[in-house]
Amino acid sequence: MMLTSTAPDLVNISMPNAAIVAVLGYAVVFFGLILLMLVVMAMGKIFIAKDKKAAEKAAAAKVGIDAVPVAPHTKGEIVLPTQAQPAPGTAGQLKLYDVEPKTAAMIMAIVANKMGKPLNELRFISIKEVK
Amino acid sequence: MINIGEVLLNLWNSSGFAALSAGFGDGGWQNLVMLVISCVLLYLAIVKKFEPLLLCGIAFGCLLSNLPMGGLYHQELWTAFMDEASPFYHSYGEIMRHGGLLDIFYIGVKTSLYPCLIFMGVGAMTDFGPLLSNPKSLLLGAAAQLGVFAAFFGAVAMNLISPELGFTGPEAASIGIIGGADGPTAIFLTSKLAPHLLGAIAVAAYSYMALIPLIQPPIMNALTTPEQRKIKMVQTRQVSKTEKIIFPIVVVIFVALLLPDTAPLIGCLMLGNLFKETGVTDRLSDTVQNALMNIVTILLSTSVGATMVGSNFLTVQTLSIVVLGVIAFGMSTAGGLIGGLVMWKATKGKVNPLIGSAGVSAVPMAARVANTVGQKNNPSNFLLMHAMGPNVAGVIGSAIAAGFLLSVFG
Repeated sequence: MMLTSTAPDLVNISMPNAAIVAVLGYAVVFFGLILLMLVVMAMGKIFIAKDKKAAEKAAAAKVGIDAVPVAPHTKGEIVLPTQAQPAPGTAGQLKLYDVEPKTAAMIMAIVANKMGKPLNELRFISIKEVK
Repeated sequence: MINIGEVLLNLWNSSGFAALSAGFGDGGWQNLVMLVISCVLLYLAIVKKFEPLLLCGIAFGCLLSNLPMGGLYHQELWTAFMDEASPFYHSYGEIMRHGGLLDIFYIGVKTSLYPCLIFMGVGAMTDFGPLLSNPKSLLLGAAAQLGVFAAFFGAVAMNLISPELGFTGPEAASIGIIGGADGPTAIFLTSKLAPHLLGAIAVAAYSYMALIPLIQPPIMNALTTPEQRKIKMVQTRQVSKTEKIIFPIVVVIFVALLLPDTAPLIGCLMLGNLFKETGVTDRLSDTVQNALMNIVTILLSTSVGATMVGSNFLTVQTLSIVVLGVIAFGMSTAGGLIGGLVMWKATKGKVNPLIGSAGVSAVPMAARVANTVGQKNNPSNFLLMHAMGPNVAGVIGSAIAAGFLLSVFG
């Protein structure tokens, strides 16, 4: 049985024609979404490859920085390049003038949030209450 | 002196009460029944919280259009609008001249404006990240369209039982799309193919969407084993912002070229998503997600409810639609689960088949149900993000199914 395209056949559709439309429709949905899946997969592969390249570049740059000889500190200590260091647990002492530690923590969090930078990448020297 | 008695008599004669009692035998009882039905729907929306944002408006629209003498909605104007022999065939001017408030609202349904705008809002609220990180989810979204075509075939097959119970091809296609579990798509297709069934189909679609937590779990438990339901899925990859921006553009080009009839729906869905993802159109994204979505929901729901006029709604066909609608939902769930089982087999048990049931669109309810059923079997199992992939794929799948049916019957 062939699916005909004349209007009356489709309005008062016969059972065999309805079966063909149903199977064809389901197949079209699969076909469309499979093609879309392939496109999305190809897109994903391109982006994964791009990310991988960027990561490799960053790793190469890191190796380059590590290889740079480090100048001695004035007190005779060796200071490693900051980019090659893992995130430190502390960035030194913070001096507070008439400010509660709780308020200071809040101020630092707000500053980090406003700047859009992680807190451990910022260094606060001192916080003083303006009277 | 004013004749008070005459004034009161005129007042009575011009009231809806008089119209109801005078025309009770001549179809007036149908209006009364519809008023009761609208109160039941309001109860379901307000007390039982069945899709209240839509059902509340649908029920109230139904209430308004069934109040005699209200003049808010005129079925006869729309009958003339659809009648090729009528001088007012496709005449919006006639509707604007003689239509009531709900007739004017309904123009937005008739022109497919509301479903498309709703889709824009859905797009702005949807994160396609889970789908992009696992593109195979699209297969589950396709598998879960089984109910659309099964219900379509079932609606045509009802002609075998009785011609009175049966449906024409376009009507059957409109009923089938209930299985897509996607309200705007169902309204979009029905308003084009079988506008006289719009009220029944919209109510069936939204009611069953609200009942997904009741309809799906028994089917999920029947088709999967406890071991399969316990499967934990591994974390998918992170998707970059650029991918998310490119995706809507790729989809709209691709799907609209494949099935041009879906262009309005897919175009609006992806435009909304692009607003969300670009990062430079936050104001537009916010408007589409909130203000516009809410306004269109009010207009859409009341005008769809208005089409539930007694003479149209209280038919054997409505009962058939209710039955076929639940079959469509059940079959779609089963189709998605079968797809999930195939993927479970193909991946040697890495995919939890429950996520297939989320392919029935109904974002995010179906994904939540998959997550809940998974957690019942394994409390440490979090399937939500994995189920969101098939869930959003189902939205695209049902739009493609609607586009196909429109291209065949439109």
